[in-house]
Amino acid sequence: MDIIIIGLLLGGTYALIALGLNLQYGVARIMNLANGEVLVAGGFTAFWFYTAGNISPLLTIFIVAPLAFAANWLIYRIMLEPLVRRAKSRGQLEVDSILATFGMSFIAVGLMLWAFGGDYFNYSFLAVPVTILGDTYAQNRVVAFVAAVIISVLLYLWITYSRSGLSLRALSVSPQSAGLVGINVRQRSAIAFALGGAITAVGGALISSFLTLDASAGVAFTLKALIIVIMGGVGDVRGTIIAALLLGVVETLVASLIDPGLTLAAAYTLFILILLFRPQGLFGRRTS
Amino acid sequence: MRGTEIQSLAIAAILLVIAFCLPYYGSDYLLSLGITIAMFTVLATSWALFSGPTHYISLATAAFFGLGTYTTGLGFETLPFWALILLAGVLGAVLAALVGLATLRLSGVYFVIFTLGLAELIRQVITWGQNMTGQKGLYVLTDFTEPNLYQMLVVLGAVVFLTGWLIGRSRLGFALRIIGDDEVVAAHSGINTAQAKVLLFMVSGAVAAMTGAILAPRYVYIEPSLAFTPLLSFQVVIMALLGGVHRLWGPIVGVIPFTLIWESISANFPNQVTLFLGIVFLVIVYFIPRGFAGLIEKWRDWAKSKEAF
Repeated sequence: MDIIIIGLLLGGTYALIALGLNLQYGVARIMNLANGEVLVAGGFTAFWFYTAGNISPLLTIFIVAPLAFAANWLIYRIMLEPLVRRAKSRGQLEVDSILATFGMSFIAVGLMLWAFGGDYFNYSFLAVPVTILGDTYAQNRVVAFVAAVIISVLLYLWITYSRSGLSLRALSVSPQSAGLVGINVRQRSAIAFALGGAITAVGGALISSFLTLDASAGVAFTLKALIIVIMGGVGDVRGTIIAALLLGVVETLVASLIDPGLTLAAAYTLFILILLFRPQGLFGRRTS
Repeated sequence: MRGTEIQSLAIAAILLVIAFCLPYYGSDYLLSLGITIAMFTVLATSWALFSGPTHYISLATAAFFGLGTYTTGLGFETLPFWALILLAGVLGAVLAALVGLATLRLSGVYFVIFTLGLAELIRQVITWGQNMTGQKGLYVLTDFTEPNLYQMLVVLGAVVFLTGWLIGRSRLGFALRIIGDDEVVAAHSGINTAQAKVLLFMVSGAVAAMTGAILAPRYVYIEPSLAFTPLLSFQVVIMALLGGVHRLWGPIVGVIPFTLIWESISANFPNQVTLFLGIVFLVIVYFIPRGFAGLIEKWRDWAKSKEAF
């Protein structure tokens, strides 16, 4: 039972990261392989503020979010928009954006190694026990989970019920038709990409309060986020959240019952099952 | 066979002989550089055989390479070396077929994501297996010298080039070019797209595994983190793209300059190699999407058009 709760707590933060990636891929059509580096950068910022100024990560996210939003908006406008414009088909954009963001992820890792060195970093925030259903858990995990849930719910409500959320959903269905009904495709795509980056960075700040990160930890998170997005279905907020919780639980089960070194194998097992049996995602409908 | 083809074949054969004879005239340093270049030429060319026409980016070279190293590492005491190389090729093809069957039926993104973590996945599983059995790394002690290994790589390289040339002329190569242009069209003209892609991915995987099998004796001591280093996959992708994947001779034009620069950067600024790799990726995407081979062809056309005036 305690394993499942730990898994759910971990999955909550995963959900946040994967939601960020899903916005970038589902709406802005950019398969962002530098997603994990944005997460690590968010974690670094939280670490820095906590050790330098003793500022709680829960406050840091209000600094991280606008910063990451601005940075990702600029990246989209300057680096990725030329690719969108030059791509003749969705396939070509996919190849180009994979290579470009892959290059960016290496540059980000290189810069972070240069700036912070290759050391692991962690800090002790709210490392006090808290009791849920008779078992004890670290309070920082619970707090991060609650924060992740609040942000995910807000995002879900915004996308489902607001007019601007509707335009993002239209964009994710078909950029061409979205343009025809008066949606500013370029501007909306940039906003979706930037928002995705901001959410991922916030996820990174939260995750850094209970996990140890280092400059090159990003790729593992990118991979997990990608697997979650595919499991949940591209552009599907609800599916992403459920897939993230599932991955968190499965990973924690494998780590505690078999071997902590096999977390990726656990993620891959889920991934293969999805590819073989439900390639359209857990709740996706089969398209032609 | 046309005159130009015979000419290019002759040039290729002469270059091959010169490369093969390197141990007889080159210094030790040159030979060790030669092994690195030969290894990446084989890997990048075989990578481009699959990814060039189809535009599916495979990030799994390290997984196949590591599989090959482990084949040699586990079997060199019981089987002759040539058999191990063949066995590694078969195992590589089988792994590629499994990966291909699971992902290549679907869109390219699934394939990229799957291959991105494949090396790490196998590394975790082997490390876990070693922890269970209490075994650590493997010693690969053979009588092979550096010149032996180098020449084996050159021969493998020649086989890869020949295979690539034959595939390019075959129905399979034609089918793959159509798939790369437009997969829907390919499917509608009766091409079994999944089958064609899986077959070629198997060729690419088999070659990478054989390269790993040949190079295992050079490492002497192998362990999962060394055999399955993800960096290898990225280096191969970047070298092939830098050279240009639309020509058979493209990747080698990228391998040679990249290896030289890489060696000097990792010797002088070992902490900046990741940054360098990232910058080259961006340069390729934004400035030379068709690689050096594309640039060379452009210059040649330009020179021709000047002559015409």
